[in-house]
Amino acid sequence: MAVMMTGGEAMADKASDTLKAAFTKELESVDSYFNSAREGVILQRTIWDGLIYLNQATGKYEGNLATSWKWVDDTTLEFKLREGVTFHNGEEFDADDVVFTVNFVADPANGVVTQRNVNWMKEATKVDKYTVRIVTKGPFPAALEYLAGPVSIYPNEYYAEVGPKGMGLKPVGTGPYQVESVEPGKHFVLKKFDGYHDGPKGKATIGTVDIRTIPDVNTQLAELFSGGLDFIWGVPSDQAEKLAATGRFNVVNESTMRVGYLELDAAGRSGTDNPVTKLAVRQAINHAIDRQAIVDNLLKGKSKIVNAACFSSQFGCEQDVAAYDYDPEKAKALLAEAGYPDGFAIDLYAYRDRAYAEAMLAYLAEVGITANLKYLQYSALRDLRRNGETSMSFQSWGSYSVNDVSAITSEFFKHGAEDFARDDEVKAWLDTADTSIDPAVREENYSKALRKIADQAYWVPLFSYNSNYVFSKELEYTPTSDEVVRFFHARWN
Amino acid sequence: MLVFALKRLGLVVLVTLTVSLLSFSLLFMSGDPASAIAGENASASDIEAIRTLYGFDRPFLVQYGDWLSGALRGDFGQSYYFKLPVSTLIADRLSVTMLLGVCGISFALLTAVPLGVVAAMRPNSFIDRAALFLSVMGQAMPSFWFGLVLIVIFSIQLNWLPPSGSSGWQNFIMPTVVLGYYAMPAIMRLTRAGMLEVLGADYIRTARAKGASEMRVMFKHALRNAIVPVVSLAAVQMGFMLGGSIVVESIFALHGAGYLAWESIARNDLPTVQALILIFSCFYIIFTFLSDLANAWLDPRIRVG
Repeated sequence: MAVMMTGGEAMADKASDTLKAAFTKELESVDSYFNSAREGVILQRTIWDGLIYLNQATGKYEGNLATSWKWVDDTTLEFKLREGVTFHNGEEFDADDVVFTVNFVADPANGVVTQRNVNWMKEATKVDKYTVRIVTKGPFPAALEYLAGPVSIYPNEYYAEVGPKGMGLKPVGTGPYQVESVEPGKHFVLKKFDGYHDGPKGKATIGTVDIRTIPDVNTQLAELFSGGLDFIWGVPSDQAEKLAATGRFNVVNESTMRVGYLELDAAGRSGTDNPVTKLAVRQAINHAIDRQAIVDNLLKGKSKIVNAACFSSQFGCEQDVAAYDYDPEKAKALLAEAGYPDGFAIDLYAYRDRAYAEAMLAYLAEVGITANLKYLQYSALRDLRRNGETSMSFQSWGSYSVNDVSAITSEFFKHGAEDFARDDEVKAWLDTADTSIDPAVREENYSKALRKIADQAYWVPLFSYNSNYVFSKELEYTPTSDEVVRFFHARWN
Repeated sequence: MLVFALKRLGLVVLVTLTVSLLSFSLLFMSGDPASAIAGENASASDIEAIRTLYGFDRPFLVQYGDWLSGALRGDFGQSYYFKLPVSTLIADRLSVTMLLGVCGISFALLTAVPLGVVAAMRPNSFIDRAALFLSVMGQAMPSFWFGLVLIVIFSIQLNWLPPSGSSGWQNFIMPTVVLGYYAMPAIMRLTRAGMLEVLGADYIRTARAKGASEMRVMFKHALRNAIVPVVSLAAVQMGFMLGGSIVVESIFALHGAGYLAWESIARNDLPTVQALILIFSCFYIIFTFLSDLANAWLDPRIRVG
């Protein structure tokens, strides 16, 4: 496709000061507490602000709607708020907005869909107009990470009046862009907010951001070539290479926090006679797959193989864990040792990246494991997993861009419905690490948990994902590994 | 004619009810909606909370009764995914699909019927062969490929038409051609076959003997008889187009009802899917009904039978 697109001339959007971008998925609601999509995270960071901000360049927290904060005790955070901030509708920002937002989202009855982002908060209380306290349900060391991420502050009067539905159709925040129009799922127009405060995000420079949903990636490319779009991402690596070769676009690859892995039913939930309940079999599967070859030939870009059950930049992601190199002979020997000299047959479930799954089938076949690919919709596969019916499935997890191990390892190894290891020791370590506010204690316990997960080969950690960003030569933008597109950092050159 | 129409109308109502019950029960059995509503990053407790909130634990017939009584009042409930009333959502998406369907079927009829007549006038001639070639192409070419080829030529090379969206009439040209072209071959061939059969009939010879002009013979005498099966076929094709073409709507990013239905199935958005199935089947039923009426008007023998 990309090769055929040689003619045409891109029209200048710089002149009209409008950045035209595309979403692939129909976003269900712009209200960030009522969607769980990547597109939603992008709009959330654009339209709203959090109390704090994580500077991607330095990795340090900076004050955003708050100017300073401190732990009063293990479960209470106190914030001094920034004065003189206004919402897009002119409402003044103060402690009441924080209190209202936190108390609204923390109440399960309000049905926030991303509960894990908010259910650690018990309540917020006002100290004075510009001082507020957030109380957590228990010690929750990752609080700052969440407050710099998915938790953003809504205007209390407006939100009380319109609710999530109204917020989804006519969002109001304090962020660098305000919303001009929303056609649900289809089209979003954002305008630079001239009254934006002097926060660490910085003021937006591009006047208008016009986002349309275009499901077909080939159509997105066609729009890019004909000048209908300036900015797309998530472009498959083969297409990205061809686009780079035309010399007409900026093509930038950046790693994402998404990690791919094989989930093995070590606990025997799908049947105790299941071969992967045996440690040697799980280790054999780890040795059987040439992850580096899959990265080099299929994922490409900044993807790396992963050995620990987390993404390397996340707090607590111990890198010094058992690594299983590609060694089919050793895999065969381990299988023989486990009592499967001629291999066995097993179902491999998957819901995305069929090509990667098929590559793994071939590697497994080489050591005698006949894997039968069952490719399902995400929700259908998750139902099967939750019922413990899958002995091997190819999964991926983006940690919701939360840069802390609690967002991934603790999600899958604390005896939840998606825990196929059911290891009491691992759970105990994770519980300790998740609830301690001493970073050293956390690191130590996450390290123990991750080492045991690797030793026991509960997962086959595979690789980190990457994304190709393709945009007009008139644009300047530096992607970040949290996969959040920050339109307010884009500028015309 | 009136009795005929009333009998047909009674059938329409019964078929519609059956379709609604079938679609409701099929979807009900097709997976856990709570898990789909919660979305990709939801945890176990999120899903449980949603299950009770939406009442998926109630008996099937209670849920169906609830839905049907709402549907009769035009209230299809709230989309699990968009959290908006299904009727608003569908009204928005259906307008694009209906426009596209009407354009598509018009394009198909306006090209296929004259081509079929011309082909029948000179069987086995160059024109007939060319028309046959065109129709085989239309049937053989996958619409996603045809759509992309049109985009490459008209949007990228020539820069005449926008590749995607639905903001102006220019956006509908390529989708109309792709959608219409797919429906064209069947109509063309049926017209040709019908015309060939009719042109051999005695009354055509009589009409010619009377000295009627060739045009009059073709369009007044022959086509009126040859077109009866074409009307039925076009009605089915029209129903198909109003059901939305997932492929065409997806390639040209038109966000019509077909694409909405397809995506809603993947999202387990039951209220939206149920409403769309009911509406799509109503289109089929209504168009079949209308084509029955049209045929009865064209051919008096049908009215009696």
